[in-house]
Amino acid sequence: MKLAYWMYAGPAHIGTLRIASSFKNVHAIMHAPLGDDYFNVMRSMLERERNFTPVTTSVVDRHVLARGSQEKVVDNITRKDKEETPDLIILTPTCTSSILQEDLANFVERAQLEAKGDVMLADVNHYRVNELQAADRTLHQIVQYYIEKARKKGELPQGKSEKPSVNIIGISSLGFHNQHDCTELKRLMADLGIEVNAVIPDAASVHDLKNLPRAWFNLCPYRELGLMTVQYLEAEFGTPWVDITPMGVVETARCVRKIQQVINAQGAEVDYEEFINQQTLHVSQAAWFSRSIDCQNLTGKKAVVFGDNTHAAAMTKILAREMGIHVVWAGTYCKYDGDWFREQVSEYCDEVIITDDHGAIGDAIARVEPSAIFGTQMERHVGKRLDIPCGVIAAPIHIQNFPIGYKPFLGYEGTNQVVDLVYNSFTLGMEDHLLEIFGGHDTKEVITKGISAGSDLGWTKDGLAELNKIPGFVRGKVKRNTEKFARERGFQEISAEVLYAAKEAVGA
Amino acid sequence: MTVAEPQGLNFECETGNYHTFCPISCVAWLYQKIEDSFFLVIGTKTCGYFLQNAMGVMIFAEPRYAMAELEEGDISAQLNDYAELKRLCEQIKRDRNPSVIVWIGTCTTEIIKMDLEGLAPKLESEIGIPIVVARANGLDYAFTQGEDTVLAAMAGRCPNQTPVVESEKNERNAIQKLLHFGKKKEDVIQEESEYVDHPPLVLFGSLPDPVVTQLTLELKKQGIKVSGWLPAKRFTELPVIEEGYYVAGVNPFLSRTATTLMRRRKCKLIGAPFPIGPDGTRAWVEKICSVFGITPQGLDEREAQIWAGLEEYVKLIRGKSVFFMGDNLLEVSLARFLVRCGMTVQEVGIPYMDKRYQAAELAFLEQTCKEMGAPLPNIVEKPDNYNQVQRIYDLNPDLVITGMAHANPLEARGINTKWSVEFTFAQIHGFGNARDVLELVTRPLRRNNNLKDLGWDKLVKEEAKI
Repeated sequence: MKLAYWMYAGPAHIGTLRIASSFKNVHAIMHAPLGDDYFNVMRSMLERERNFTPVTTSVVDRHVLARGSQEKVVDNITRKDKEETPDLIILTPTCTSSILQEDLANFVERAQLEAKGDVMLADVNHYRVNELQAADRTLHQIVQYYIEKARKKGELPQGKSEKPSVNIIGISSLGFHNQHDCTELKRLMADLGIEVNAVIPDAASVHDLKNLPRAWFNLCPYRELGLMTVQYLEAEFGTPWVDITPMGVVETARCVRKIQQVINAQGAEVDYEEFINQQTLHVSQAAWFSRSIDCQNLTGKKAVVFGDNTHAAAMTKILAREMGIHVVWAGTYCKYDGDWFREQVSEYCDEVIITDDHGAIGDAIARVEPSAIFGTQMERHVGKRLDIPCGVIAAPIHIQNFPIGYKPFLGYEGTNQVVDLVYNSFTLGMEDHLLEIFGGHDTKEVITKGISAGSDLGWTKDGLAELNKIPGFVRGKVKRNTEKFARERGFQEISAEVLYAAKEAVGA
Repeated sequence: MTVAEPQGLNFECETGNYHTFCPISCVAWLYQKIEDSFFLVIGTKTCGYFLQNAMGVMIFAEPRYAMAELEEGDISAQLNDYAELKRLCEQIKRDRNPSVIVWIGTCTTEIIKMDLEGLAPKLESEIGIPIVVARANGLDYAFTQGEDTVLAAMAGRCPNQTPVVESEKNERNAIQKLLHFGKKKEDVIQEESEYVDHPPLVLFGSLPDPVVTQLTLELKKQGIKVSGWLPAKRFTELPVIEEGYYVAGVNPFLSRTATTLMRRRKCKLIGAPFPIGPDGTRAWVEKICSVFGITPQGLDEREAQIWAGLEEYVKLIRGKSVFFMGDNLLEVSLARFLVRCGMTVQEVGIPYMDKRYQAAELAFLEQTCKEMGAPLPNIVEKPDNYNQVQRIYDLNPDLVITGMAHANPLEARGINTKWSVEFTFAQIHGFGNARDVLELVTRPLRRNNNLKDLGWDKLVKEEAKI
């Protein structure tokens, strides 16, 4: 047992559901108790999704505990098949079904006999993998299923597309700024004269998966999601892949050069150097920012970085390499892939921390007292407590991290966004500090702390106690209203009863 | 005890395929209510993920709750439950020093049959902190029923008799103290005289402190003294409950607590409608008065006055229809209040319907419908959300009260929704808070009134018809 109240990566089924709900017309059925469908709330809230989240539950209740699910799961699958005619139904195990050890594979086989669409069991073990690993596996599983299906039917397309083309793999629902990144990557590919053969899983149809081999190469922008799939496609079709995250000026250039190499090896004759130069010097403002006085002021400032592998590694490199900021430590919660992270960032920071214990991270922040933190929502709150500004760079995230405005982290526009994020974090910190030294913006003293000075009314003990229960930001208003009410009615003292009578009278 | 089932209301039961919060969510409001408690949820990452996301901002305020996250070794019993729990509880004692640790059993502890009720007394005597066990799991319960399981467990911890009696005896021995004490007693007597002589009454249900004060004052106006409240602000202040005490519930989801108080603590339950809405509050007060043989004073005008103050809201919803998808068990009381406001209720979805505990509320709903000339709604227990959405498309209600999973998709289809969970966190009890209920109910209507001329009702692309 582990004492915890915060976790960085969610349980395995969340990963599977993220993949399922990213595809078009794929439905997930969770084998779970009532209340485990919280994923639907998150998707509906965070992504402000207009459509019903295609996830339902085959409820595990007392009866299931006593006699097994029996026909229930199969019935639920065939029912959903009729109601919504999805292309694919994914039966999703949860922690509960992991320990019930029912033969879910058997349910899937039986349901498949009746269902018109395809039925599949997500191959994830709750106790072995987390959200990110599960998402990676599920995407691989689906791709493999449809490639093999097409192969059996002899429907696999032969050969590559005429012009150089790419599959962008790993864009998913509830991913950090994924929608914006996807747009930016498509734009980048268009600028490079590369056709986008497919984007998966986001908004993709499973019927199109058989066309994946037509691409010249696969681009896997996020370390956490898509690697298994691109490796599988390489093994099956020899499709090369690029896994350099184009985040930051240097890394974007590296990614583009790698793409150039990969497609030239297949007979394209492209030279992207001029494009990279043009973008770096004139489209992205990041290179110019590094040279500007603003950035000079940041030289040697201390920062710490924590997040998932992709974003924490890229951020560390941007801070250290492109802005001259001193990254005291960089960390990741992707413990299962810690070696990769260490290798990526060791030369850009003093210390590497690999943990999923938020307490340890909080302590590490307090220990080094950086000028700014780049982390998840948890680090933002640590920052609030310690009065250190924080830029959020990775999930777990709240609704404010699903902006409506265009805010990619990848590509050349991404470099601009990151500059703003970094600069705003540091200046806010500086401004705060200066204010403290010079005693605030407004140095005139406030005459009275009270809201209504010189009140002629007395508050009884219980009245005052009730008043203090009212949240601070409205207390002043309530106090004024109550005193006004008391004066009008000629009360000398304000008790709890008067307070509530006043509340009723004004209806506040 | 048999209560005649109200006739006329139609009860149905569907598949139970509906969205609701897991009952462990009750820790969110209970740890804030019971200030010296610590809630330990013994479950998996799934439970933790839910709490972390559902509680949002509260997580970061160093909450007095935590997960005891079970690992593979716990599931396969390679680790010893007792030793593990002891280690964690000692850590909690050291870091937070609570007056009670509440263990929340989850689906996983049920399935692996972890004997929490057996382990607790042993560990309790060893570490010297009371341990209360509540099985608030998704196998058996929905959302607010979590509070019910906790309060039912707490009911067993309420003292049997007033400890004050003993200290009073002691003090009588010392003359000086007696004199001193006598002085105080005068005040006590004077205060007592404001109340009618009636058997002790204990109310149950967790409410924010301001609402507790309001309801207590409301009964005081009738000369009724509230001897205690389950739960109190602190675990150490749990009310005395003796055999023969009267108890009354303030929320419709407290049936286990009510049963425990009746059967285990030999209390008499006052079955009343719940004090939600001015009509409900009045009926609640009246019922309590009638049990104590008191003629209620001034309730007529008080209710009328409140209704007058609500008119600006009521006129927005009068004649409109509402559909409850059902997820928090407040549905019947809210439906009854909204019928009184002149709305038509098309369906009352509800996770679980205790016809005995809610008898008075159900009868009141039926009576209200008759008086208002409104059709009697179907009450759908364990609803099926998919079927409900089809019915919503057919009925095209003016307002759907539903969970967050369905709210945005319905809004995008031009259907007004109100997020149901807000009713559990807002202050909705008593005369003074009726306005807050209507503030919530009318918010989508007021908002959409503002937007109505923009022609932006349906914001989804036409779906392929199947």
